[in-house]
Amino acid sequence: MTSAGTGSDARRDRRGSARHVIRHLVRAPSTVLALLVLGTLGGTALAAPLVSPYDPLEQNMGDFLARPGPGHWCGTDQFGRDILARIIWGGRLTLQVGLISVAIAALAGVTLGLSAGFYGGWPDLVIMRFIDLLLAFPSILLALGVVAVLGGSLPNVMIAVGIAGVPQFTRVVRAAVLGARGLPYVEAARAVGAPERLIMWRHMLPNVLAPALVLGTTSAAAAIITGAALSFLGLGVRPPAPEWGAMLSTGREYLRHAPWMSIFPGLAIMLAVVSINVVGDRLRDVLDPRLRLE
Amino acid sequence: MIRYLLRRVIAILPIMVGVSFLVFLMLHLVPGDVAEIMAARAQGGGGPESVARMRAELGLDAPFHVQYGRFVRSALQGDFGRSYYTNRPVLVSVLEMLPYTIRLAGAAMVITAVVGVGLGLLSAVFHDTWVDRLGMLISLGGLSIPIFWSGLILILVFAVTLRWLPITGGTEWQRLILPAVALGYDGAAFVARLTRSSMLEVLRQDYITTARAKGLRAAVVILRHGFRNALLPVVTLAGLQFGRLLGGTVVVEAVFARPGIGRLAIDAILFKDYLLVQGVVLFVALTYALINLLIDVSYAWLDPRIRYT
Repeated sequence: MTSAGTGSDARRDRRGSARHVIRHLVRAPSTVLALLVLGTLGGTALAAPLVSPYDPLEQNMGDFLARPGPGHWCGTDQFGRDILARIIWGGRLTLQVGLISVAIAALAGVTLGLSAGFYGGWPDLVIMRFIDLLLAFPSILLALGVVAVLGGSLPNVMIAVGIAGVPQFTRVVRAAVLGARGLPYVEAARAVGAPERLIMWRHMLPNVLAPALVLGTTSAAAAIITGAALSFLGLGVRPPAPEWGAMLSTGREYLRHAPWMSIFPGLAIMLAVVSINVVGDRLRDVLDPRLRLE
Repeated sequence: MIRYLLRRVIAILPIMVGVSFLVFLMLHLVPGDVAEIMAARAQGGGGPESVARMRAELGLDAPFHVQYGRFVRSALQGDFGRSYYTNRPVLVSVLEMLPYTIRLAGAAMVITAVVGVGLGLLSAVFHDTWVDRLGMLISLGGLSIPIFWSGLILILVFAVTLRWLPITGGTEWQRLILPAVALGYDGAAFVARLTRSSMLEVLRQDYITTARAKGLRAAVVILRHGFRNALLPVVTLAGLQFGRLLGGTVVVEAVFARPGIGRLAIDAILFKDYLLVQGVVLFVALTYALINLLIDVSYAWLDPRIRYT
């Protein structure tokens, strides 16, 4: 990757350390651009009350289906609501689904994968057979099944998308643990009599973090798409809430007369997902060169 | 080969039992009284008698293990109950929609394979040139553009603006093109990346250098020596891809207002027709398992090392 530098530099800038990761992330212009896009989408969503030009729910029947132009940069919808304002506020919901569902998947997946890989034997057998079972369903079908049972709402979408992501995390983490189990320092910890639980959380977990972080990033992109898809299908966030997928679903009905209702929310989803994928690819190159695509 | 095949078939049986149990469990995990919810929808009322009738119809008054036994026995006989949404047996409703989804998935799979493998091959052969970069940009697009948006954009461009293809009306084949392109592009992106990386790996091998040194034509080296070996991981992961494709049909059918299994699943969920939901989920999971089995077998056929280990 890079030259190791002087001894003290190398110590401060170890592979996998936060400093090492950040330094390499910002070296590629495409990653910087992606981070800027994500920062803008996330920042405007967080600061929505301050930066949004209009109330996302405020109807203005005198100005319905207005073309994009001064005043309404992304046009208005069938109730005269400003599309830009709805995209800014909608970012809160859509990005939240991505983040929280990945957090659910990661939390469950890391715990299961760590336990399966570390203890082996019957815990491994039971956990991995359960994961095989979940993998027997295509992931959106699994998410649909969960939504069918729990009902469609924002928290349920997060749970559904989260559960659909558990198998991948479990497998990746288990593989990382199996790889690290025989490493000399783990043997050494065992030889000096460190308790099993300490070995698992203190010595194994750091080995697992890099692949889990890479997977978490790409999973966030997939989660945003699945979450928005569920809302698009009418099984997630419902109108009038300004969620990007739900906005597209409404826009579909006005495709002929007001294509901007579909174009802009879709662009927002695409920008978010492309940016996350670019950062994820770069993160993988930095943290785990073995997984590199070439 | 036959022993390998047998082993693979036996290996999916426990998974199938597990899948059937999870699907069976769905009815029991619904918050609230499922008989009450379904009676209200099915019989338009929901009075105590219709709830009791629904409970009996669903067999909910029997002990849990008896219910599961009955569920498996009926399922093996193709009886998944009656859908009150379609007012027909669940199996009939699913089978009616099947041809539409098969056509869509089949056409999309062809696009995925041709475009994905082609793009990946070009990117690998012209590694680190503008061809590679363009190929990977197209592939990044496929990975990042949600199908429900690419579908809408395709409708907007080709149906609404250019009027080349109909959304409604026209022949079934004309109506199939845009959905298949939307779904196929989504998968092609993934296959392209995989083909590229697998091909790059193979092109670095010694036997490729040998083939080149022998003075074979570049096309022969790339296609006969390189591509055939690079195809193995692509075929294995095609199974995973097929799951994505099956899931994608759900969304594409909704975008293009096409009939099909996915659309049926969504309608069943919205209508709280749990028997139909169970039937569709079980059916799709079974299909998915069978296709993965086929891919496993084709993998063993392509790579003799697999059979003998």
